[in-house]
Amino acid sequence: MPAPLLEMRGIGKSFPGVRALSDVSLTLAAGEVLVLVGENGAGKSTLMKILAGALRADSGQISIDGAPVEIDSPQRAQHLGIGMIYQEFTLVPQLTAVANVTLGAEPTRGGLIDTRAAVQRAMQVFDELGLRVPLDVPVAKLSVGQQQLVEIAKVLARSARIIVMDEPTAALADREIEGLFAVVARLRSAGAGIIYISHRMEELSRIADRIAVMRDGSIVETRPGKDFSGEDIIRAMVGRKLDSHFPKLPAYAEDAAVRLQVQGLTRTPAFEDVTFGVRAGEVVGLAGLIGAGRTEILRTIAGADEPDRGEVRVDDRRLRPGDIAGAIAAGVAFITEDRKAQGLVLGMSVRENVSLAHLADFVDRDLLVNTARERDAATRMIGELQIRTPSTEQLVRNLSGGTQQKVVLAKWLLGRAGVFLFDEPTRGIDIGAKTEIYKLMVELLTRGAAIVIVSSDLPEVLGMAHRVLVVREGRIRAEFVRDDATPEKVIAVATGAAA
Amino acid sequence: MTQRDRLWYWLRIAAALGFLIAMIAIVDVASHGSFLEPSNIVRVLRQITYNCVLGIGQTFVIITSGIDLSVGSLVALTGVVAAIFANSVHLSGFPLIAATLIVAIAVGCAAGWVNALPVVKLNLPPFITTLAMLEMALGASFILSHGRPVALQSSDFENTGIGSFMGGVTSALHLPSIPIPVVWMLVVIVAASVLLNRTRFGRYVFAIGGNEEAARLAGINVARVKTIVYMISGGCAAIVGFLYMALFSSGSPQTGTGDELLESIAAVVVGGTSLMGGRGSIIGTFFGALLIGVLYNAMNLLNVDSYLQKVLLGAVILLAVVLDELRKRYIAR
Repeated sequence: MPAPLLEMRGIGKSFPGVRALSDVSLTLAAGEVLVLVGENGAGKSTLMKILAGALRADSGQISIDGAPVEIDSPQRAQHLGIGMIYQEFTLVPQLTAVANVTLGAEPTRGGLIDTRAAVQRAMQVFDELGLRVPLDVPVAKLSVGQQQLVEIAKVLARSARIIVMDEPTAALADREIEGLFAVVARLRSAGAGIIYISHRMEELSRIADRIAVMRDGSIVETRPGKDFSGEDIIRAMVGRKLDSHFPKLPAYAEDAAVRLQVQGLTRTPAFEDVTFGVRAGEVVGLAGLIGAGRTEILRTIAGADEPDRGEVRVDDRRLRPGDIAGAIAAGVAFITEDRKAQGLVLGMSVRENVSLAHLADFVDRDLLVNTARERDAATRMIGELQIRTPSTEQLVRNLSGGTQQKVVLAKWLLGRAGVFLFDEPTRGIDIGAKTEIYKLMVELLTRGAAIVIVSSDLPEVLGMAHRVLVVREGRIRAEFVRDDATPEKVIAVATGAAA
Repeated sequence: MTQRDRLWYWLRIAAALGFLIAMIAIVDVASHGSFLEPSNIVRVLRQITYNCVLGIGQTFVIITSGIDLSVGSLVALTGVVAAIFANSVHLSGFPLIAATLIVAIAVGCAAGWVNALPVVKLNLPPFITTLAMLEMALGASFILSHGRPVALQSSDFENTGIGSFMGGVTSALHLPSIPIPVVWMLVVIVAASVLLNRTRFGRYVFAIGGNEEAARLAGINVARVKTIVYMISGGCAAIVGFLYMALFSSGSPQTGTGDELLESIAAVVVGGTSLMGGRGSIIGTFFGALLIGVLYNAMNLLNVDSYLQKVLLGAVILLAVVLDELRKRYIAR
């Protein structure tokens, strides 16, 4: 039996506080399509980044054609015939398809780019794939599907034999998906090995030779595609009991005041006709896949984006659309998904970050900021939230992820906010800090706050919400009360396997 | 701040002071004692006034990670407009001086507002919008002045340009007289420091430069803060235009259009303000301008060839920012 095209054995990888991959092994034969599925955060991307040389594994061995290889850089991976097609394109939008396909490997003659040879090389690749894409216009002018094909051609022009596609159909129209599948079939019959990452149940059985399910940093099950039903896949993806580190959610009064009411909120193309209400003491979870529109919904509620239609009411007062300061004044606190890019000013101190959204409360005689009062407030929040910082003057940049997240929370707890929008509140932080943040949410509930939580960590949504709304492609597709919401049901709706 | 940070802070200050003292000592000895004479020190301060005030306005802009290339031209424009205004009103004495200053500052702030408009509304790069203003303001000042300096008809501005502050007191105490423009510089330094370090506005300037999206999501009116920042820069240029006009008794379309722009930016950067935004100080800009001024002065006293002076100035600017970068990397580890 010949050695497999690719073999990854015993791959392990840890990030500070998180074990991303433990002892993962997979093989890929020439002329095979291996589909990799798993929840967000199961470790698929980490595994593929290791294969592509963007990350280094802590342990394990990768072999190609039976020979061990060391993949220490993206260049090395390319050299070994590994091609990655990322969800986000890596094309230069202003350049033509020809220029993009030959980028970094332009044929030259006498030191100048040999345009004719470049066109020939690009044509050759496109012909092999049976593709027709305008070659001489900037790729920015092409459709998303055409751009994706250029991306694939670019990888093939570097004679890739192992091709990784990360959710390639996420942005494509139905017709374009058919075209992509035809390309995949051609590549397979030409002897390439393909690793195909996807969330869409309906397409898996069509193209998969084998399906491997990842969960919590391991491959838990691998079967031939035709033997793996959608139900079985979902069961393998979920496969665990709800974590028990969630505190008990206090029940809320059925007739409690509606603190947040969202009515017909629409912002195309991100989301459409979103309607829900949250009562005092209640947590509503928005579940769904990455890109389903959950973050965009929160942003619009908070006034960071302007809706096309619809309205947001807080404590029965209508918010002005697109007015962040107005939303804050009405009591909305938006704890953003990316604390470094959106939540914090890293080069400022804990004190300055904590007071930033409510600086008006710390001003004397309408003019000067009273730093002493600021420091008192920051000290109080450090105590209440047990923020691990040497002092109020420490730069936020130097704090750990969990501690930074607490600084973000402190910023919003300082005001008298009554509606809290949490977007991925515990991503990338350790279990201890997670538990503390959950406790804090419960504390907010007992004070009569209304909470909306968005998380890609399904157990977190199910464990911390009274009600779960499932968002797919910008619309709320289903609603489950807590006791009804099983991971299987939610994933089935989120992936489109059930209505 | 941790113990280590605090230690570093003081070490840094000690190192900077040590460097300055060593440099001063060397120059003083080499120039046979003329460098440290009080009259020479006052001369340096007077020479750096214009650079320093321009740099202070620029500091606000640069902390928001912007840039204002128009300040040199705005010096010319505001000087010309102020001179034309002063010649055309029937005022004299203090009312004339005050009204002229107000007109100059209004013109500078208006130009700053125009600079900011495309930046905040269309998200255009300030490099381009202020470059456009550089050309427009320069052209306008030539048009308004017909290409010639507009001579002041009143002599009321003489004291502002070349007079001394409380001359009776300083001469009684046998101190060198303090030029009025230097007093202006000190006032601007103090006012700008308070504004930047003690007010909400100042805090927002840092927050926007450090992380504009986080600032926006904290409810800060980013567009307004940015607009004011460019208006401050225009206003500072107007003060310089006014002082030059008073100094030369005329408003000329050519003042401010030489090395002023780049040397004021150099003062800001040498003073430790990051071109990436989010970090900087007024006092740093003052010391940056001082370093450049001292360097020029010392080179003159030592009879360094004027072409070579430029080479050395460039080298010192490069050295200052390289050292600052190395220091940051050391601390970041």
